[in-house]
Amino acid sequence: MGRRRSGADPAFKYGTLILSSSVLVLALIYFYELYTGSVPTLRTGLGFVFGSIWDPVNSHFGVFPMLYGSLVTSAIALVIGVPVSLGVAIFLSELSPIGLRSPISFVVEMLAAVPSVVYGLWGLFVLAPLLRTDVYPYLERYLGFLPIFQGTIYGVSMLTAGIILAIMIIPIVASISRDALLAVPDSQREAALALGATKSEAIRMSVLSYARSGIMASVFLGFGRAFGETMAVTMLIGNTPLVSASLFSPGYSLASLIANEYTEASSAVYISALIEAGLVLLFVSFFANVIARLMIGRLIRSREAASYL
Amino acid sequence: MLESLSAQEINTMPRTGISVQTPSKMEVIGLNVKYGSKQALFDINIGFRPNKVTAMIGPSGCGKSTLIRCLNRMHELVPGARVEGKVLLDGQDIYGEDLDPADVRRRVGMVFQKPNPFPNMSVADNVVAGLKLSGTKDKGHLEGIARKYLERVYLWDEVKEDTKRSGASLSGGQQQRLCIARALAIEPEVILMDEPCSALDPTATARIEQLITSLKENYTVIIVTHNMQQAARIADYTAFMYLGKLVEYDETTTLFENPHEQLTERYITGKFG
Amino acid sequence: MNTRRVVVDKVLLSLTVVALVAAVVPLVSIIIDVTARGIGAIDLDFFTQLPPLANTQGGGMANAIQGTVLLVAFSSAIGLPIGLFSGVYVSEYGRTSRYGSLVRFLGDVLAGIPSIVTGVLVYTLIVLTYQSFSIIAGSIALGTMMIPIVSNTTGEALKAVPNSIREASLALGVRKWRTSLLVIANAKRSIATASLLAIARITGETAPLILTAGISTLWFTGFNQPVASLTYYIYYFATSPFTNWQNLAWGAALFLMIIVLGINMGVRVLTRGKRVYA
Repeated sequence: MGRRRSGADPAFKYGTLILSSSVLVLALIYFYELYTGSVPTLRTGLGFVFGSIWDPVNSHFGVFPMLYGSLVTSAIALVIGVPVSLGVAIFLSELSPIGLRSPISFVVEMLAAVPSVVYGLWGLFVLAPLLRTDVYPYLERYLGFLPIFQGTIYGVSMLTAGIILAIMIIPIVASISRDALLAVPDSQREAALALGATKSEAIRMSVLSYARSGIMASVFLGFGRAFGETMAVTMLIGNTPLVSASLFSPGYSLASLIANEYTEASSAVYISALIEAGLVLLFVSFFANVIARLMIGRLIRSREAASYL
Repeated sequence: MLESLSAQEINTMPRTGISVQTPSKMEVIGLNVKYGSKQALFDINIGFRPNKVTAMIGPSGCGKSTLIRCLNRMHELVPGARVEGKVLLDGQDIYGEDLDPADVRRRVGMVFQKPNPFPNMSVADNVVAGLKLSGTKDKGHLEGIARKYLERVYLWDEVKEDTKRSGASLSGGQQQRLCIARALAIEPEVILMDEPCSALDPTATARIEQLITSLKENYTVIIVTHNMQQAARIADYTAFMYLGKLVEYDETTTLFENPHEQLTERYITGKFG
Repeated sequence: MNTRRVVVDKVLLSLTVVALVAAVVPLVSIIIDVTARGIGAIDLDFFTQLPPLANTQGGGMANAIQGTVLLVAFSSAIGLPIGLFSGVYVSEYGRTSRYGSLVRFLGDVLAGIPSIVTGVLVYTLIVLTYQSFSIIAGSIALGTMMIPIVSNTTGEALKAVPNSIREASLALGVRKWRTSLLVIANAKRSIATASLLAIARITGETAPLILTAGISTLWFTGFNQPVASLTYYIYYFATSPFTNWQNLAWGAALFLMIIVLGINMGVRVLTRGKRVYA
């Protein structure tokens, strides 16, 4: 005894420490670079966010239509996707026979594995035509008193983009909700059933309220995912900077804006505007994720390798 | 080791029938251990005799496991743990500056309560794991060592048909003997055992007790046990601990038949714990 | 129990099954459509020829396949090691420290950042600086996406290795760094799973490539040159008005799906019922 500490131990520890700091550094770089890159247009302040004219030729950069499109499509995704996801989650945790659980979870996970450009491709050639001919006309006929279902029907529109986003967020909302529901102790369910509640009443009474924060967190994550989705939306939203009350109308999203116009961006101001769009995306998704993770850090921790998170 | 103890240190040692002039293999002096604001060990002073089996007994939470883990610096792996005092091995403080805990652990080996052979290593590889992981490569040499220590723990005959089988495929008692062989293979001088038989059935326990008794010929053995009868069976010296303090330390027969402290007497007659 | 409650109950419960069907139908439809429409485009030419001109017969996706392979290889070379050792730190050294928790938390959050934002980042850092799209920029973008994902999933895989293995190793006098390597070896299977899933994920990415790697009609010509990729070509051809290009897009989609879904399915089948640590 009496030897000095081995050099390999500190080397390994500090080596891995430095590599792990890449995560922190990354987070900082994201904000720093996108901030400095958008300084020229940041000066226009809120005019960027609320201005409606996107006219690069004359240096007008208002992204309100794109912001509107991102928000509307994300909202549609949540309105359609969350109930479906909850239904799947409830089925998996409360109703499904044990043997069915794995196959169904498997299918849900496969939904997450499909590349978004393939969703866009399928949406463009299969879903959009189908919706335009078989679904939207009925929506207009029966629900046309609502402004959202009025106007000319386009296959490639905000509603179509919203629907495909709904499908894409199912995996994340369903699996986290399922975990939240599974975490509810059986005693809760038994208490409600012992009071004479039907199965659905028991679920509503005890399980759903107990799992509320987990489900809310999954909604936030779903929102973040939908808000930032690029390829499927770009291929299905129509890429027209319009602010329309009608969901049948084409629109634009922040992510699509960036994807479409990067190759054309010539002037420094133009590029700066696109970067600022990216900054908005960064902020929204970052905070949606932070809020969600704070709500249920522990629940997510126990998941296996989930590559789509 | 009289020279290493100050007068004050001698005065604070618990009442013991053992003459302090007999040399110790390991010596604990003024050991205090804290986790954050909680204190687990209070001023422990004890000397462990070479080539003897020393048992530490006491009710749950008395600190015996904490103490034994201080003897090979495993305790410092607990986050927030603070250790004050000295632990001497052959007169040298194992907590000295610049000392690599890994070196200490090579001289003071440990066997755990729940047998923990490495799951994806064979029986033979498990025995020599300590050597392989530290760089020894000579295959023939390692094979010889594996056999030697498997024989030493009376496991060789039971596994010789297939030493390539996974270490985890053995029975509980066999796994524990495998862990003992693994600890012996790095040739320590002291062997620490933290309740080595508590997860085993009586037959397996008996075999391991038999093994422990044979080990003291070459090693100094310190064993923590919650089973007083076990201490009475195999230990030369026994220390009784309660609430983080060393209450009494003496030759086993004396401690059990004629304890000095009332607390000791109440424990061994089953009045508590 | 009045009948109204019973009826409501049955209706609600069957709605969950409706939801289930609603979730499964799109996947089934996608798989069927991609297979049906793409299979015709997959022939020898697909794997050997460069993309054709619009409205021209023949041609293939050979350069796109090559580009995707190269992109994935380089990105993994960047993202996997950094992510792995970052995960090692979080699991073996940083479990109780605030720093370790911060890395874990940020890793989760960063993993959820839209891929196009990563594209914007690498665009500002590299493409603007060097004034060209390039495979290097694309690899850095995809690799950057991998880091937080791999860091957290390997961190979890390592944490799942029981502490008794670490204790046993340390008690034998094995040094901490060597013990950590032993823990990694024990988590081999989970780490491989996590890596494969991360690879499958970036193989299917398009948006970052639009801003970094660009697209090319040629074979790989150099690290600082743009490069073709399956995903970008699918996008480019699908949104074009030319049928021969659209057919190739379906073919590429089929090929891509086989690889990506194949990896995902293979990994999950392999890990079913197996021990958590290798």
